[in-house]
Amino acid sequence: MFEQIAFYLFSVLTIGLFLITVFSKNVLYAMTSLASGMVLIAGFFFLVGADFLGVVQLIVYVGAVMALYAFGMMFFNVTKDLKEKTTSNIWVMIIGVTVALLMTLMFGGAINPDAIYASLPINSSMTNPQAVGMALFTKYLVPFEVAAIMLLIAMIGGIVLAGKKMDKSLTDAEDEKIQPKDVK
Amino acid sequence: MIGLNHYLILSGILFSIGLVGVLRRKNLLMLFFSTEIMLNAANVAFAAISNFYNDLSGQMFAFFIIAIAASEVAIGLGLLILVYKKENTLDLDDLASMKG
Repeated sequence: MFEQIAFYLFSVLTIGLFLITVFSKNVLYAMTSLASGMVLIAGFFFLVGADFLGVVQLIVYVGAVMALYAFGMMFFNVTKDLKEKTTSNIWVMIIGVTVALLMTLMFGGAINPDAIYASLPINSSMTNPQAVGMALFTKYLVPFEVAAIMLLIAMIGGIVLAGKKMDKSLTDAEDEKIQPKDVK
Repeated sequence: MIGLNHYLILSGILFSIGLVGVLRRKNLLMLFFSTEIMLNAANVAFAAISNFYNDLSGQMFAFFIIAIAASEVAIGLGLLILVYKKENTLDLDDLASMKG
Protein backbone atom coordinates (compact mmCIF):
# COMPACT_ATOMS: atom_id res chain seq x y z
CA MET A 1 0.00 0.00 0.00
CA PHE A 2 2.64 2.52 1.08
CA GLU A 3 4.88 1.32 -1.72
CA GLN A 4 2.17 2.13 -4.24
CA ILE A 5 1.53 5.57 -2.77
CA ALA A 6 5.27 6.32 -2.74
CA PHE A 7 5.77 5.02 -6.28
CA TYR A 8 2.97 7.05 -7.82
CA LEU A 9 3.82 10.18 -5.84
CA PHE A 10 7.50 9.97 -6.78
CA SER A 11 6.63 9.20 -10.41
CA VAL A 12 4.36 12.18 -10.85
CA LEU A 13 6.78 14.51 -9.09
CA THR A 14 9.82 13.26 -11.01
CA ILE A 15 8.13 13.49 -14.38
CA GLY A 16 6.85 16.97 -13.59
CA LEU A 17 10.22 18.21 -12.36
CA PHE A 18 12.09 16.80 -15.35
CA LEU A 19 9.52 18.35 -17.69
CA ILE A 20 10.26 21.70 -16.03
CA THR A 21 13.98 21.03 -16.57
CA VAL A 22 13.49 20.33 -20.25
CA PHE A 23 11.03 23.11 -21.06
CA SER A 24 12.12 25.91 -18.74
CA LYS A 25 13.52 29.11 -20.19
CA ASN A 26 15.50 29.93 -17.08
CA VAL A 27 18.68 27.96 -16.42
CA LEU A 28 18.42 28.39 -12.65
CA TYR A 29 14.90 26.95 -12.57
CA ALA A 30 16.02 24.07 -14.76
CA MET A 31 18.98 23.27 -12.51
CA THR A 32 16.94 23.44 -9.31
CA SER A 33 14.20 21.18 -10.64
CA LEU A 34 16.83 18.77 -11.98
CA ALA A 35 18.42 18.58 -8.52
CA SER A 36 15.09 17.87 -6.82
CA GLY A 37 14.25 15.28 -9.47
CA MET A 38 17.55 13.54 -8.64
CA VAL A 39 16.54 13.40 -4.97
CA LEU A 40 13.28 11.69 -5.94
CA ILE A 41 15.20 9.25 -8.18
CA ALA A 42 17.14 8.31 -5.05
CA GLY A 43 13.73 7.62 -3.49
CA PHE A 44 13.06 5.07 -6.24
CA PHE A 45 16.36 3.37 -5.42
CA PHE A 46 15.33 3.07 -1.79
CA LEU A 47 11.97 1.65 -2.90
CA VAL A 48 13.59 -1.16 -4.88
CA GLY A 49 15.91 -2.04 -2.02
CA ALA A 50 19.10 -0.60 -3.50
CA ASP A 51 20.00 1.33 -0.36
CA PHE A 52 23.66 1.96 -1.10
CA LEU A 53 22.85 3.06 -4.66
CA GLY A 54 20.34 5.57 -3.30
CA VAL A 55 22.91 7.04 -0.93
CA VAL A 56 25.47 7.22 -3.74
CA GLN A 57 22.89 8.93 -5.92
CA LEU A 58 22.27 11.53 -3.22
CA ILE A 59 25.96 12.15 -2.56
CA VAL A 60 27.30 12.05 -6.11
CA TYR A 61 24.43 13.48 -8.15
CA VAL A 62 22.71 15.87 -5.80
CA GLY A 63 25.84 16.71 -3.86
CA ALA A 64 28.69 16.74 -6.35
CA VAL A 65 27.26 17.00 -9.86
CA MET A 66 24.64 19.63 -9.14
CA ALA A 67 27.13 21.64 -7.06
CA LEU A 68 29.52 21.44 -10.00
CA TYR A 69 26.79 22.73 -12.30
CA ALA A 70 26.03 25.52 -9.84
CA PHE A 71 29.70 26.50 -9.77
CA GLY A 72 29.97 26.25 -13.54
CA MET A 73 26.98 28.49 -13.98
CA MET A 74 28.82 31.30 -12.21
CA PHE A 75 30.85 31.58 -15.41
CA PHE A 76 27.82 31.88 -17.64
CA ASN A 77 25.30 34.69 -17.74
CA VAL A 78 22.20 32.96 -16.43
CA THR A 79 20.18 35.90 -15.17
CA LYS A 80 18.68 36.47 -18.61
CA ASP A 81 16.09 34.09 -19.99
CA LEU A 82 17.32 31.85 -22.74
CA LYS A 83 16.31 32.84 -26.23
CA GLU A 84 16.35 29.80 -28.45
CA LYS A 85 15.06 29.16 -31.90
CA THR A 86 12.96 26.05 -31.55
CA THR A 87 12.31 24.14 -34.71
CA SER A 88 9.23 22.02 -35.47
CA ASN A 89 8.16 20.94 -32.01
CA ILE A 90 5.68 18.42 -33.39
CA TRP A 91 8.40 16.22 -34.87
CA VAL A 92 10.39 16.31 -31.67
CA MET A 93 7.33 15.20 -29.71
CA ILE A 94 6.55 12.45 -32.23
CA ILE A 95 10.12 11.13 -32.01
CA GLY A 96 10.04 11.27 -28.21
CA VAL A 97 6.75 9.41 -27.88
CA THR A 98 7.81 6.84 -30.48
CA VAL A 99 10.99 6.12 -28.58
CA ALA A 100 8.99 5.76 -25.36
CA LEU A 101 6.67 3.25 -26.99
CA LEU A 102 9.58 1.37 -28.58
CA MET A 103 11.43 1.13 -25.30
CA THR A 104 8.34 -0.07 -23.47
CA LEU A 105 7.76 -2.75 -26.09
CA MET A 106 11.44 -3.68 -26.04
CA PHE A 107 11.58 -4.08 -22.28
CA GLY A 108 8.09 -5.42 -21.75
CA GLY A 109 7.53 -7.65 -24.74
CA ALA A 110 10.68 -8.93 -26.31
CA ILE A 111 12.39 -10.31 -23.22
CA ASN A 112 11.51 -13.82 -22.13
CA PRO A 113 11.53 -13.61 -18.32
CA ASP A 114 12.04 -17.33 -17.84
CA ALA A 115 15.32 -17.26 -19.73
CA ILE A 116 16.86 -14.75 -17.36
CA TYR A 117 18.84 -16.08 -14.45
CA ALA A 118 20.71 -14.19 -11.77
CA SER A 119 24.43 -14.22 -12.45
CA LEU A 120 25.10 -12.55 -9.10
CA PRO A 121 22.24 -13.55 -6.77
CA ILE A 122 21.42 -11.28 -3.85
CA ASN A 123 22.41 -12.99 -0.61
CA SER A 124 19.60 -12.36 1.84
CA SER A 125 21.81 -12.86 4.88
CA MET A 126 23.76 -9.68 4.08
CA THR A 127 22.52 -6.12 4.06
CA ASN A 128 22.61 -4.27 0.77
CA PRO A 129 25.79 -2.22 1.39
CA GLN A 130 27.59 -5.39 2.49
CA ALA A 131 26.50 -7.27 -0.59
CA VAL A 132 27.51 -4.38 -2.84
CA GLY A 133 30.91 -4.24 -1.20
CA MET A 134 31.44 -7.97 -1.62
CA ALA A 135 30.48 -7.83 -5.30
CA LEU A 136 32.42 -4.66 -6.02
CA PHE A 137 35.69 -5.91 -4.56
CA THR A 138 35.56 -9.43 -5.96
CA LYS A 139 33.78 -9.78 -9.29
CA TYR A 140 33.87 -6.14 -10.33
CA LEU A 141 37.34 -5.27 -9.00
CA VAL A 142 38.91 -4.51 -12.39
CA PRO A 143 36.06 -2.23 -13.59
CA PHE A 144 36.22 -0.54 -10.19
CA GLU A 145 39.93 0.25 -10.58
CA VAL A 146 39.41 1.39 -14.17
CA ALA A 147 36.61 3.68 -13.02
CA ALA A 148 38.94 5.08 -10.36
CA ILE A 149 41.60 5.88 -12.97
CA MET A 150 38.92 7.41 -15.22
CA LEU A 151 37.73 9.65 -12.38
CA LEU A 152 41.31 10.74 -11.71
CA ILE A 153 41.81 11.59 -15.39
CA ALA A 154 38.50 13.48 -15.42
CA MET A 155 39.54 15.46 -12.34
CA ILE A 156 42.89 16.43 -13.86
CA GLY A 157 41.19 17.26 -17.15
CA GLY A 158 38.60 19.42 -15.44
CA ILE A 159 41.24 21.36 -13.52
CA VAL A 160 43.37 21.86 -16.62
CA LEU A 161 40.45 22.91 -18.82
CA ALA A 162 38.63 25.22 -16.45
CA GLY A 163 41.46 26.39 -14.23
CA LYS A 164 43.20 28.74 -16.66
CA LYS A 165 42.83 32.45 -15.98
CA MET A 166 40.40 32.00 -13.14
CA ASP A 167 41.36 35.44 -11.84
CA LYS A 168 39.67 37.30 -14.70
CA SER A 169 35.95 37.95 -14.63
CA LEU A 170 34.02 36.92 -17.69
CA THR A 171 30.67 38.57 -17.11
CA ASP A 172 32.05 42.04 -16.33
CA ALA A 173 34.24 42.16 -19.41
CA GLU A 174 31.67 41.21 -22.00
CA ASP A 175 32.97 43.53 -24.74
CA GLU A 176 36.67 43.00 -24.58
CA LYS A 177 37.40 39.41 -25.36
CA ILE A 178 39.93 37.82 -23.10
CA GLN A 179 42.84 37.01 -25.31
CA PRO A 180 44.54 33.67 -24.76
CA LYS A 181 48.04 34.06 -23.44
CA ASP A 182 50.91 32.69 -25.50
CA VAL A 183 51.62 29.11 -24.66
CA LYS A 184 55.22 28.43 -23.87
CA MET B 1 1.14 -4.10 -6.42
CA ILE B 2 4.00 -2.36 -8.12
CA GLY B 3 5.75 -4.67 -10.55
CA LEU B 4 8.76 -4.47 -12.79
CA ASN B 5 6.74 -3.08 -15.69
CA HIS B 6 5.74 -0.02 -13.69
CA TYR B 7 9.39 0.87 -13.18
CA LEU B 8 10.31 0.14 -16.79
CA ILE B 9 7.47 2.29 -18.12
CA LEU B 10 8.51 5.10 -15.77
CA SER B 11 12.09 4.71 -16.95
CA GLY B 12 10.94 4.87 -20.59
CA ILE B 13 8.95 8.05 -19.92
CA LEU B 14 11.89 9.71 -18.18
CA PHE B 15 14.25 8.67 -20.99
CA SER B 16 11.95 10.16 -23.62
CA ILE B 17 11.70 13.40 -21.64
CA GLY B 18 15.49 13.56 -21.77
CA LEU B 19 15.48 12.71 -25.47
CA VAL B 20 12.95 15.45 -26.22
CA GLY B 21 15.20 17.84 -24.33
CA VAL B 22 18.26 16.83 -26.36
CA LEU B 23 16.32 17.23 -29.61
CA ARG B 24 14.57 20.46 -28.69
CA ARG B 25 17.00 22.62 -26.74
CA LYS B 26 19.69 24.71 -28.37
CA ASN B 27 21.65 25.71 -25.27
CA LEU B 28 24.63 23.48 -24.50
CA LEU B 29 23.99 23.59 -20.75
CA MET B 30 20.43 22.41 -21.26
CA LEU B 31 21.73 19.57 -23.43
CA PHE B 32 23.90 18.50 -20.49
CA PHE B 33 20.88 18.56 -18.17
CA SER B 34 18.93 16.41 -20.64
CA THR B 35 21.70 13.83 -20.82
CA GLU B 36 21.69 13.65 -17.02
CA ILE B 37 17.96 12.88 -17.16
CA MET B 38 18.57 10.09 -19.67
CA LEU B 39 21.35 8.56 -17.56
CA ASN B 40 19.11 8.63 -14.49
CA ALA B 41 16.29 6.94 -16.37
CA ALA B 42 18.65 4.11 -17.28
CA ASN B 43 19.73 3.88 -13.64
CA VAL B 44 16.14 3.48 -12.46
CA ALA B 45 15.61 0.63 -14.93
CA PHE B 46 18.83 -1.10 -13.81
CA ALA B 47 17.96 -0.86 -10.12
CA ALA B 48 14.41 -2.12 -10.68
CA ILE B 49 15.57 -5.10 -12.77
CA SER B 50 18.19 -5.85 -10.11
CA ASN B 51 15.46 -5.99 -7.48
CA PHE B 52 12.88 -8.01 -9.40
CA TYR B 53 15.30 -10.63 -10.76
CA ASN B 54 17.17 -10.83 -7.43
CA ASP B 55 20.47 -10.04 -9.14
CA LEU B 56 23.06 -7.57 -7.91
CA SER B 57 24.62 -6.93 -11.34
CA GLY B 58 22.07 -4.24 -12.19
CA GLN B 59 23.12 -2.17 -9.21
CA MET B 60 26.77 -2.59 -10.18
CA PHE B 61 26.06 -1.26 -13.66
CA ALA B 62 24.22 1.68 -12.11
CA PHE B 63 27.29 2.47 -9.98
CA PHE B 64 29.54 2.59 -13.01
CA ILE B 65 27.00 4.72 -14.87
CA ILE B 66 27.10 7.19 -11.98
CA ALA B 67 30.91 7.22 -12.05
CA ILE B 68 30.90 7.85 -15.81
CA ALA B 69 28.31 10.60 -15.44
CA ALA B 70 30.43 12.31 -12.80
CA SER B 71 33.53 12.35 -15.00
CA GLU B 72 31.46 13.44 -17.99
CA VAL B 73 30.24 16.44 -16.04
CA ALA B 74 33.74 17.35 -14.87
CA ILE B 75 35.22 17.30 -18.39
CA GLY B 76 32.10 18.68 -20.05
CA LEU B 77 31.79 21.70 -17.79
CA GLY B 78 35.48 22.47 -18.34
CA LEU B 79 34.88 22.42 -22.09
CA LEU B 80 31.73 24.54 -21.71
CA ILE B 81 33.68 27.17 -19.79
CA LEU B 82 36.32 27.22 -22.51
CA VAL B 83 33.66 27.58 -25.22
CA TYR B 84 32.01 30.40 -23.30
CA LYS B 85 35.35 32.19 -22.86
CA LYS B 86 36.05 31.91 -26.57
CA GLU B 87 32.64 32.58 -28.12
CA ASN B 88 30.74 34.32 -25.31
CA THR B 89 27.68 32.19 -26.00
CA LEU B 90 26.48 28.65 -25.45
CA ASP B 91 23.81 28.62 -28.15
CA LEU B 92 24.34 25.94 -30.75
CA ASP B 93 23.01 28.12 -33.58
CA ASP B 94 25.54 30.84 -32.79
CA LEU B 95 28.35 28.32 -32.46
CA ALA B 96 27.81 26.96 -35.98
CA SER B 97 30.95 28.06 -37.78
CA MET B 98 30.83 25.92 -40.90
CA LYS B 99 28.71 26.93 -43.86
CA GLY B 100 26.72 24.11 -45.30
